[in-house]
Amino acid sequence: MPKAILIDTTRCTACRGCQVGCKEWKNYPAVATKQRGTHQNPPDLGPYNVKLVRFSEHQDGDSVKWLFFPDACRHCLEVPCKSGAELEDSIIVDKETGAVIYTEKTAKENFETIKSSCPYDIPRLDPKTRRIVKCDMCIDRVKKNLLPMCVKSCAMGAMTFGERSDILKIAAERLVAVQKENPKAQLCDMENVNVIYLVAEAPSKYHKFAVADASDAMKGDPGMTRQQMLAGKFAPLRKLAGPAQG
Amino acid sequence: MTNHYTDIGNADAILIIGSNAAEHHPISFRWVLKAKEKGATVIHVDPKFSRTSARSSYHVPLRSGTDIAFMGGMCKYILDNKKYFAEYVNEYTNASFLVGEKYSFKDGLFSGFDPAKKKYDKSQWAFEKDEKGLVKRDKTFQHPRCVINVLKKHYERYNLDLVSQVTGVSKENLVKVYESFAATGRPDKAGTIMYALGWTQHTVGVQNIRLAGIVQLLLGNFGVAGGGINALRGEPNVQGSTDHALLYGYIPGYHNAPYANWKTLEEYQKGNTPKTADPMSVNWWGNRPKYIVSLLKGWFGENATKDNDFCYGLLPKLDVGMDCSHLFLFDRMYQGRIKGGFIFGHNPCQSFPNSNKVRKAFDKLDWLVVGEVFHNETTDNFRRPGADPRKCKTEVFLLPSAYRAEKEGTISNSGRWHMWHYKAIEPIGQCKSMGWMFVEIMKRVRALYAKEGGALPEAILKHDIPSEFNAEEMNRRINGYFTRDVEIGGKQYKKGQLVPGFPLLQADGSTSSLCWVYCGGYTEAEGNLSKRRDLTQTPMQAKIGLYPKFAWAWPMNRRVLYNRASVDKNGKPYNPAKAVIEWDGKAWQGDVPDGGQPPMAQKGGVYPFIMTTDGHGQLYGPGREDGPLPEHYEPAETPLAQNPFSPQMNNPCMKKVSGSEYDVLCKPADPRFPIVLTTYSMTEHWCSGSETRNGNGLLEAEPQQYIEMSPQLAAERGIKNGDVVEVESLRGKVQAVAMVTIRIKPFQVMGKTVHLVGMPFAFGWTKPKCGDATNRLTTSVGDPNTTIPEYKACMVNVRKATKVTEL
Repeated sequence: MPKAILIDTTRCTACRGCQVGCKEWKNYPAVATKQRGTHQNPPDLGPYNVKLVRFSEHQDGDSVKWLFFPDACRHCLEVPCKSGAELEDSIIVDKETGAVIYTEKTAKENFETIKSSCPYDIPRLDPKTRRIVKCDMCIDRVKKNLLPMCVKSCAMGAMTFGERSDILKIAAERLVAVQKENPKAQLCDMENVNVIYLVAEAPSKYHKFAVADASDAMKGDPGMTRQQMLAGKFAPLRKLAGPAQG
Repeated sequence: MTNHYTDIGNADAILIIGSNAAEHHPISFRWVLKAKEKGATVIHVDPKFSRTSARSSYHVPLRSGTDIAFMGGMCKYILDNKKYFAEYVNEYTNASFLVGEKYSFKDGLFSGFDPAKKKYDKSQWAFEKDEKGLVKRDKTFQHPRCVINVLKKHYERYNLDLVSQVTGVSKENLVKVYESFAATGRPDKAGTIMYALGWTQHTVGVQNIRLAGIVQLLLGNFGVAGGGINALRGEPNVQGSTDHALLYGYIPGYHNAPYANWKTLEEYQKGNTPKTADPMSVNWWGNRPKYIVSLLKGWFGENATKDNDFCYGLLPKLDVGMDCSHLFLFDRMYQGRIKGGFIFGHNPCQSFPNSNKVRKAFDKLDWLVVGEVFHNETTDNFRRPGADPRKCKTEVFLLPSAYRAEKEGTISNSGRWHMWHYKAIEPIGQCKSMGWMFVEIMKRVRALYAKEGGALPEAILKHDIPSEFNAEEMNRRINGYFTRDVEIGGKQYKKGQLVPGFPLLQADGSTSSLCWVYCGGYTEAEGNLSKRRDLTQTPMQAKIGLYPKFAWAWPMNRRVLYNRASVDKNGKPYNPAKAVIEWDGKAWQGDVPDGGQPPMAQKGGVYPFIMTTDGHGQLYGPGREDGPLPEHYEPAETPLAQNPFSPQMNNPCMKKVSGSEYDVLCKPADPRFPIVLTTYSMTEHWCSGSETRNGNGLLEAEPQQYIEMSPQLAAERGIKNGDVVEVESLRGKVQAVAMVTIRIKPFQVMGKTVHLVGMPFAFGWTKPKCGDATNRLTTSVGDPNTTIPEYKACMVNVRKATKVTEL
């Protein structure tokens, strides 16, 4: 049974403990950034930033909504980026955890193909090693019974790591609670991914790729979005998760 | 905090005002979220919409510096609508006390004001007493001079229209907040107020907090689970360092520093020990002489004897009226009256107001010793932009300091929990802990005094300084020892034993303690209690998340202060579902009570507010410098030409430094500086940023100085998001990147639009191109009680930068 992470954005205060903790654990080098009129920095995910808290603000009638989205790989159950890979072992799925791991052999893959096959816009290219980079669910920590660094560093209790079956239950309960005040709340693509986001508003308000977006990958097939494709493909799983549906 | 972090989870309403808890005290906010998920209303009142606002039930923008108007309006609302907890107010507060005839309030001034000295004669505010010396009371609340009626009269002017006009908060929002929070005035509901530097850093800082105290007393929110007034203290061990007298006016344990008019120990004790004629008032400060003598024994050891006044005469004395807080200290330095000094864990060239002046003041020093982890704006001030190191006469010694994880010791959190932290790794290079540095420096200073003599060498030589620094031993000395064999209450204690708790400290020299509030935290039976991590609790304690065996809290492991006010006069909890303590007929259960005496209505019972002289919560508080009741005054720099509440524009007692060309204030409603600036910390950088600007992931997330402003102001000034702007006050200029955001709204104040901008203070020149001190803009004025500077409100102008130099 794979592991899963629930990211409850209704508890996230965008302290960026996860963003910085991830970077520290991975020992990634600093990226030169500029203040550009937003707290979101670096501007986007990158080879040395596989976790990034995204900020977006919205005027909603009289009140302001400031939304935070700690973005990273979703560790899909069926792995679309793997379908874009040519080599068998450049992208592997760890059976025990469900973690999707990019190996050093990704250096031999076509980056654009891999990137465009991801409905969440996650993969990035390390220009030095030519490897494709993304979150590995802290597989090194998890194998030693430690929490992924982002979960460990979340002081607000916004992130929960555990067995997927347990996490689905917790997610369903949280959704019911959050929906009392936020009827638009939902669990993003819960049936397809192991990193499940609970959002209180329409997902697109948080981030263009908060839920699967396949506009790039589906250019050749305008009749069908990737989301539709994923939905069709994963129909049996959706049934399993039925009671937890938003 | 009267309460503690975990306890915030018990609240039914949480008012966060003068604080951005989620960003600056993140762990406190974990408990806010827990309360909210259980149904609590979380209200954030603050000039800007922050990450705290994003997670609150709602946010109410308030013009910086108008908190007293806002809270005064709440006070009026509670009184007018009888939302107060009547029994609690009558029995436990001084609502029924009669204020003396000399008290008056007119045109923004209380009676007794001396305009020449800018000081009040506080005796004019005293209560009326009977022939036995007891305060006269009218429990029927009929007497016009009983406190509750004085309170009503004072806040009569704080009506919704005027409060709304002054604060810029809409009347709808005022009522919304007042209603939600006043709903906790019931016995079974609790509301907490969380504040931080957003309240203290004003020329009315202390009175902001006083007013929160008044509101919480009216609502019966002191002593209860999920209640209280909760100062969020900083990570730099602000709680612990305050307990141990970081501030110049105190010695450890909240006693006044000795002043020159208290020449002998007897005079000091007489001048500082309150007396009450009421046998039901515990008047805990009546014990002060025991703590002072024990402190002197802790400092001077065997050398302190009854015959030599326990060495009291060797303590340095302040001149009466002398202000040694940093505003005045750096003014003296600027005037060349200070030759050198030591700075540890502090970056004044970045974090003190009016930094252009502070930076120049350092140039006047002959020598400077700085203990630091990283180079910062203070260690390297002599080579700051525009300075010529060759012309700087100051010799600077930089002592490399061990970082937190490189040393062991204690830290006291906001909830007064004394917690041990262990050394994780050895310090790198030659880095040493500050305790080690102090001991080694003092050993050498003492050797010099011993060899060469000098002025009053015994003041140094008679100190009982350890031969080497040991954090465990310091902790024991703080707790205190018996200095000789004694018998107390039929029990024998041996010389050298740890004192089990401060009720056993003595005024005869038989005990020592370096800080009485911590006495009881290190015992013979259980050792160093700050190391405890035991989560066991009784079912009663479990209901309110109280963990009495996790670490240790001063005083005497009491987790909720004034908890005797959470029960009725017979010891029954007002809210049985969240009882803090309960009298079972023989003893108290639950938390450690505020004294073991029986409930108030029983024989031997006492009033719950044991730290006040009269035993009652002080709605009317005759002790502060600037009045017995909080009154709205405009900040020292204000966008208004007149104070709409009275002819008195600013706090009449505010501290003001005027020794240099930098100590200038623009006139009210100065058209050159029409925009209110408020300044703050940030999550990603710690205090002045001197550590965290060296953290790669943190600097990457927050790389440069910014200024948050509304789209309306940006449009008026032709500024686009991301443009570099120049911010100017009468004291300096700062460049910053414009962060144009709907999270800041223009205020409608007295019929005109007032813009507000906000800037963090963490960016300094030692990290190239990240910007420089925001504090070049702020003012050298402070609160009359604490001299904490008014960082939170001054007036500036903003324009697009023509040439970018700092970023």
